[in-house]
Formats: sequence, C-alpha cells, structure tokens
Amino acid sequence: MTAHLPALQVLVPLGCAPLCLLLRRFRTVTWLVFLLAALSSLACAVLLATRVDDGPLHYEMGGWPAPYGIEFVVAGFNTPVLLVVSVVAVVAAVYARRSVGDEVDDRRAPLVYTCLCLTLTGLLGLTVTGDVFNAFVFLEISSLSTYALIAMGRRRRALLASFRYLVIGTVGATFVLIGIGFAYAVTGTLNMADLADRLTDLDGNRALYAAVVFVFVGLAVKMAVFPLHAWLPAAYGEAPSAVSTFLAAASTKVAIYVFCRFAFTVFGAGLVFTTMPVGEVGLLLAALAMLVGSAAACFQRDLKYLLAWSSVAQIGYIVAGISLATAAGVSAGYLHVINHAVIKGALFGAAGLLVLRLGSARLDDLAGLGRRMPWTFAAIVVTGLGLVGVPPTAGFASKWALVSALLDAGAWPVLVAVLASSLLALVYVGRIVEAAWFRDPPADLPADQPRAPVSMVAAVWALVLLSVYFGIDASLPGGLADAAAAALLGTGGA
Amino acid sequence: MRDVDVLLPIAVAIPLLTVGAVLALRRHPNARETASVLGGLALAATVLALWPSAGEDLRFELWSWLPGLSLEFALEPLGLLFATVAAVLWPVTTVYAAGYLRAEGEHGQTRFFAFFALTIAAAMWIALSANLITLFIGYEIMTLATWPLVTHTGGPNARRGGRTYLAVLLTTSIGLLLPAIVWTWLLAGSTDFRPGGLLAGQAGTGVLTVLFALYLFGIGKAALMPVHRWLPAAMVAPTPVSALLHAVAVVKAGVFTVLKVTVSVFGLDTLTETGAAAPMTWVAAFTLLAAAVVAMRSDNLKRRLAYSTVSQLAYIVLAATLARDVAVAGGALHLVTHAFGKITLFLCAGAIAVTAHRTRVSELDGLGRAMPWTFAAFLVASVSIIGLPPLGGTWSKWLLLLGAAEADQVVALVVLLVGSLLALAYLLPIPGRAFFRPPLEPVGHGEARPALVAPLILTAIGCVALFFAADAVLAPLAGTLELP
Repeated sequence: MTAHLPALQVLVPLGCAPLCLLLRRFRTVTWLVFLLAALSSLACAVLLATRVDDGPLHYEMGGWPAPYGIEFVVAGFNTPVLLVVSVVAVVAAVYARRSVGDEVDDRRAPLVYTCLCLTLTGLLGLTVTGDVFNAFVFLEISSLSTYALIAMGRRRRALLASFRYLVIGTVGATFVLIGIGFAYAVTGTLNMADLADRLTDLDGNRALYAAVVFVFVGLAVKMAVFPLHAWLPAAYGEAPSAVSTFLAAASTKVAIYVFCRFAFTVFGAGLVFTTMPVGEVGLLLAALAMLVGSAAACFQRDLKYLLAWSSVAQIGYIVAGISLATAAGVSAGYLHVINHAVIKGALFGAAGLLVLRLGSARLDDLAGLGRRMPWTFAAIVVTGLGLVGVPPTAGFASKWALVSALLDAGAWPVLVAVLASSLLALVYVGRIVEAAWFRDPPADLPADQPRAPVSMVAAVWALVLLSVYFGIDASLPGGLADAAAAALLGTGGA
Repeated sequence: MRDVDVLLPIAVAIPLLTVGAVLALRRHPNARETASVLGGLALAATVLALWPSAGEDLRFELWSWLPGLSLEFALEPLGLLFATVAAVLWPVTTVYAAGYLRAEGEHGQTRFFAFFALTIAAAMWIALSANLITLFIGYEIMTLATWPLVTHTGGPNARRGGRTYLAVLLTTSIGLLLPAIVWTWLLAGSTDFRPGGLLAGQAGTGVLTVLFALYLFGIGKAALMPVHRWLPAAMVAPTPVSALLHAVAVVKAGVFTVLKVTVSVFGLDTLTETGAAAPMTWVAAFTLLAAAVVAMRSDNLKRRLAYSTVSQLAYIVLAATLARDVAVAGGALHLVTHAFGKITLFLCAGAIAVTAHRTRVSELDGLGRAMPWTFAAFLVASVSIIGLPPLGGTWSKWLLLLGAAEADQVVALVVLLVGSLLALAYLLPIPGRAFFRPPLEPVGHGEARPALVAPLILTAIGCVALFFAADAVLAPLAGTLELP
C-alpha cells in the first residue's frame, strides 16, 4: 500500500471528481467528498515527506519501466509543494462549505466541488510527475477546471475574467506543449531524468534553445510573472472566495515549482542560467513585478483585487530568489512559496468573510468595521504585516532569506526593488487598516448582519496562526526549503 | 544552564503575562490596573535581581529560528542598564497612566494597557537579546506595539501622526537596518554580539563606513536627523504614551541599539583605527544643535520636549561615534539620566494639560503657585537634563566631554557645550514663567490629582538620586569598558 503513495496522492482526488458529479443531488455529500480528497492528499503528502530523507522515491505507473512508461518522482524538491497544496486544500475545504453555500447557486455547488477535486488532481499531478508530457496533461487538467471555477463567481464579470484567463492560459499551455515537442524532437524521450541525460550531448542545438524559451514563456503565464500577469487580478478578484483562497495559495506556486523542475533538473542550470540569460531576465522581470504589483495594489478599491495585485509582487520575490540560481536564492524562493501560500490563503479567506457579511469587499464598504469584526480584521492585519515582511510574521523569514541571498549574489538593484516593494506593501496594508479603524461606519449599516460562520473563521485563523508560527520559528519551512534547494542543485536529475 | 539564566526569559515573560492579565480583567478596571502595576513591580524586582550577575555572562537560547540562526538572550551591562530603566519606570508610568486616562475619560483603556505591557515586553527582549536577529525582531515588535498607542485617540490627527510614525520607523528599519544586519551576517558569518566587535578585522574601512551609516540611519528610533520626524509626529498620543516613547522604551531602545552595535558589532578599537564612525559624528552634532534650536522656537510644550529629546538622543549617538570607552560610558549613563529627566518633564506636561488644560509654553505664566509640586519637579528634571549639579545629568555630560577631549574632537566638545546652553535656554524659561510671571487670568484650580503628582515626584527624586548613585550605575560597565 505505502509503495503506491505517489500514485494515490493523485488518484484519490481524481476519483473523487466524478464521484462528486454522480452525487450532485446531495450537496453536503459532495462537499464531504472534496474534504476527504483533500485530507487523503494531505495524509499522502505527509507520509511521503517523511520518506524522502533517504533519497528520492520513483514510482512506475502501471509497472512500465522508466524511460518508456510514466514515472512519478517524489524528492526533496517537491515534498514542500505537495504539503503546501494539500494543507491549503484542506483549509479551503473546511472554508468552502459555508462560503460556497453563500456565494454560489445551490445547483452549481456540486460542480464547484467537482472542479476543485480536478484542480487538486492537476496541481498534485503536476508536482509529482517525472514525465514532461504528463506534466502538460496535468497542467491542462488544473487549468481547465480553474477556468470553470472562476466562471462561477457571483458577479457577471467573473465570466469575463474566466474567458480572459482561458485565452491567455491556453496560449501559455500551448507554448509549454510546443517547447516539450521541440525537446522530444531533439531527444526522443519524454522522461525528465532521461531528457536531462540526453540533453548534455546537445550543446548549441537551436531547437533546444527554442524548447527552453517556449517552456519558460508558457510557464511564466501560469506563474503570472510580470508582464504575463494580466489574467491574475481579475481571476482572483472575481472567483468565489473559497476558490480564490485555494488558487491564490496553491496554483501559481505549483507553476513556480514546475519552472524550477525544468530549469534545474531537465534542461540543467548550466544551459538555462549560464548559456541562456534566463537568470538575468528573471531578475529583471521579478524586480519590475515587485514594483508594479505593489504600486498597483496601492490603487485598488476592492480588497480582493488589492490582494491579487499584491500576489503579482510577491511572485516577483519568489522568482527573484530562484533566478539567482544559488542554493541560498532557490531556498529563499521555496521559503516564500510556503510562507506566501499561508499568508495569501489567509488573506483571501478573510476577504471572503467580508464578502459573506457585507456582500462586497470594496474598501469603502469596510469603513469602521474594525470594531465590529475584530477577528476578521485582526487576521488581515497580522497576515498583512506578513506581506510587508515585519517580524514576527512568516513574511519576515522569507525577506531575511531573500535579502541575504540577493546581497550574497551582489544583486543590488533587485535588493532595492525588494525593499521598495515592502514599503509599498506597508502603504496598501495601511489603507485597509485605516479604512477599518479610522473611518466612521456608514449610518445605515444594518445591525443584524449574519455572523461569520465558525468554520470559516477557524479555517482563516488556522492559516494566520501557522503564518505567525513560521515567523517566530522558521526552522520547519526553512529546513524544507533548504532540502528542496539541495535536491534541485546538488543531485541534478533526481 | 544555571538557574539564574532562566531570569532572562522570565523578564520577557512577565510583561507578556501582564498583557494576558489585562485582557482577562477588561471588565474590572481597578483589578486591571492593579495587575499592570503588580506586573511592573515583579519585573522591576526580576531585573534588579539580575544586577549581582552582571559579569557572569548569563545566556538563554530560545530556539533556532532559521537553520544557522538562533534566537538567544544574553545579559551584558548595557542591556542591563536599559532593562533596568524600562523596568523601573514602567510601574511608575502605569500609575500615572491610570490617573491620566481616568481624568480624561479615555476610551479603550484595556487596549491601552495591553499594548503598553507588550511594548515593555519588546523592550526587555531588545535589552537582553544576544544577537542582531533577536534584537531586530524585538525592535520591530516594539514599533508595531506602540502604533496603537500613538493613534489611541483615533481622530484625523492621530491617523496622520500614526502614518508618519509607522512610515518613518518601518522605512528605516526595513530599508536600511535590515540590509545592514544581513550584510553584517554575510561578512562575519554570525550575528552574535561579541565583546571587541563582531566585525573586527572582517571588512575594510569603506565597507565599515557605509555599514555604520546604514545602522545609524536605520535605527530610526534613535531619531538622528533626517529620520527624526516620527518623534514630533507621535506627539498626538496621550501624554503617558509620550512618556513611554521618550523615556521608558522606544527612543531608549533606539540609542541602546546604537550603543550596542557600536560596541559589540563594530568594536570601539576597530572604529578608532578605521575612522569609520567619523562622518556620522557630524550628523549627530548637526542633529544635536538643530533640534535644540527648533525646541527653543516651539511654543507647544510637548513639541518642545520632543525636539529636546531629539537633541539629547544625539548626545548619545555622538558619544557612540566618538568610539571611546569614556564617551560610551557617558552615553550609557545619559541613557539613564535622560530617561529619568525626560519622563519627569512629560509627566509634568501631562499633569498640566489635564489639570490646567494648557498646552503652550506661553500660557503657563503664573501656574507655579497653583501647582508647586509639578513645577518644582519640572525644574529639577530640567536642570538634570541641562547637566548641572547636584543632579544626575551632571555626570553623563561630564563623561561625554571627557570622551570628546580624549578623542581630540574639539568641535564635538564645543557642540556638547553649546547644546547644554541651548537646553538651558529652552527648558528653564518654562518653570521660570510659571513661578515668576503673574498669571494671565485667575487660576481656578490647584495641584493635579495625587495619581499624577506622586509618580512625577518619584522620578524627580530619581534625578537627584542619580547624582549620588552614578558610580553604582556605571559599576557593571567597568567590566567591559575602561573607566577613569
């Protein structure tokens, strides 16, 4: 049984998806199925994480040996991502019951859970697979279900956001496929480790360069790296709150992991960062993302859009760390993948609580609510400070790691961008705080609003407390990130 | 680990427990304030119990924060002085704050006392931290914990003041101090404070000069110009908070960090040999004089006191930049004497505001007869800050002058003296007006209520006591610094 853990990690949520659809008459049961899918993937992820210390686990799908059949690989570089995705999935599941019930039409709620199961399948599959074409398939599974999820937002604008993401996302996925095609054309293999082996003989091959460019540009769309981020703000802003909580925390993170996997263990750091200027381009785009994302966040009027723009900037931090291609840099990137997932998940969750209670997350509508909804706003403040990166929040640990990696590599201009972006984060978080505490509440505020459901508050606060814990004792995420960096840089094609 | 090591985390835990007690007792104001005062007394007792162990190198490791970096407490003389100041003045300020807030009928008193205690916890954390990373965490927690206090009144002014406060302090700490600390870590491979300096022999003159400037401007709480703006902006806070900011915790955390970084990160010998601190001497000297001039020209009493603080802090920073044992000892002593002096001045200003509803210097004429204790205390504290005998400030200024002379810094020497003359000019007219000018209009009130007067008399007595006890205060420092 335990030998099949890598497969179960993906197959359980995959099997749960049609189950949700079959049981669509029983809304609560479909929710329960998704919760079970999330819990089982968490269990698998934890079990796998405890087993990779002795070396990477290889699993042959259907018993077909590696270069021919599809292989799943679990190693130090993807266990943190598996953990992040499944923890967030569990939290989102707990959160979704009341949130989806409130925001989505009853008839469509089972569809939300079906699509959530599929997204979870796609993201987990993308993380464990050791085969490039299989990665594309999982990428499409997660993307298609995500388009559907976004379209189920409560406003009509959600349809537009979904369509926009559909167009941009499909272009991105196609680019990835073209890149994989080129790589297949020059090597004749789709297995990642095998590709890495064969690519070493292909020095100076133009088709290979084209493959690298296509794959990375396609992934950059999925990662929402500036300037390919245009789909993100509306997608996160319009999706149902439970969905944006899950996507904001998990989906771009997985794309970032896939970027690392391709860069370090398929194409190889020598080709990507020495022969080709991916590192320099990455640093430049990361710096721009930080500045543009944070600045744009300062001017948003809707809390969910504000948080989405902040995500664009925070992804810049992660990309900056990885683009350094040093152990410290990659570790800093991974650390922020973990910390930002926790922080942004909590923030979108809190925004969802506001939507539930006020019917909107516009900053103007938050005036004077700090005293009425102390728990929700305390959550926003604590995690908001994490975005700024002040101790004792998780954001500080990431910032420390990133600043030291950048200083060590002598990347001064990027360092300045990181610090400037942190200060802009202070401005946009400050706007929320001032709206909530320093403005007078509107006179016509109804006195008997629905109380925030305990399950949603508990889900949000679980992430908030986790973020504080990772701030005062960062050794757990720090250790995972260091192990991931070592696995990516040290052993080559695992 | 020895038993006495546990006192270090206990000193941080006591104010944290007080936060919990304050929140738990939110429905019972009297019990809540009693808890605060008891917490303060317990903390004072704990910190005083650390004095006999000053030279014993107490340590307590909390946990490893990131691989290779651990959060750790250690006791050393400078930190002990800062911790003692904060711990002793906390209960005094609490009694005063209770009297003040009730007289004003302020809202949110529970929140006030909770964040007050949290600030003290941060002060203890900073004072006892054994490395830069631990210190930085405490430093930022203090900034965040004081922000709700600064904006306590909640109006548009409070919002504006709070914005400046947070913007300046966090911009400097994130933008300058954090990179400086990380850079230090990369240069030295550690962030531990070491006698003789962590960076000794690790970097060239140019790097040290830049790094020293990054630290001094990055430690915004030390209020060196041009990063001093937060201090006058924070004047929107209720007066007990101003007392806390100016005397007990915040600015003292700033100058303490400056002294600590100078002594234990750079090392006095390294700074003397390389001259890396020399450019900052000029910045400190400019701040010292400019702030004093602004103070002289301010009619608003709290604003005058705020700029006086900026000027007096520059004394301590100047002492650090001189990089001489005597000067640093003078700076450390000034941290203590100025704390007692300035807290007295602010407590007086608050008593005047609550009782006489006057906030401008020009409105104080003739109040001395109605409020003799308050203005007598004001006079005593003023003289101490100016540095005249028989008050505590005498010795700190004396040591500072000695340090400047030893460093052959004639300009610094002159600046120190002129600064004191300016202090004379901006402080003494206040009690002078109160005692010797006829009242503008008939005075319809007497002395402030006892909860306000008792603390300020206590701290004024402290100013006098420091004149006689300066040797005892400096005794722990003798182990690490050469004193005359």
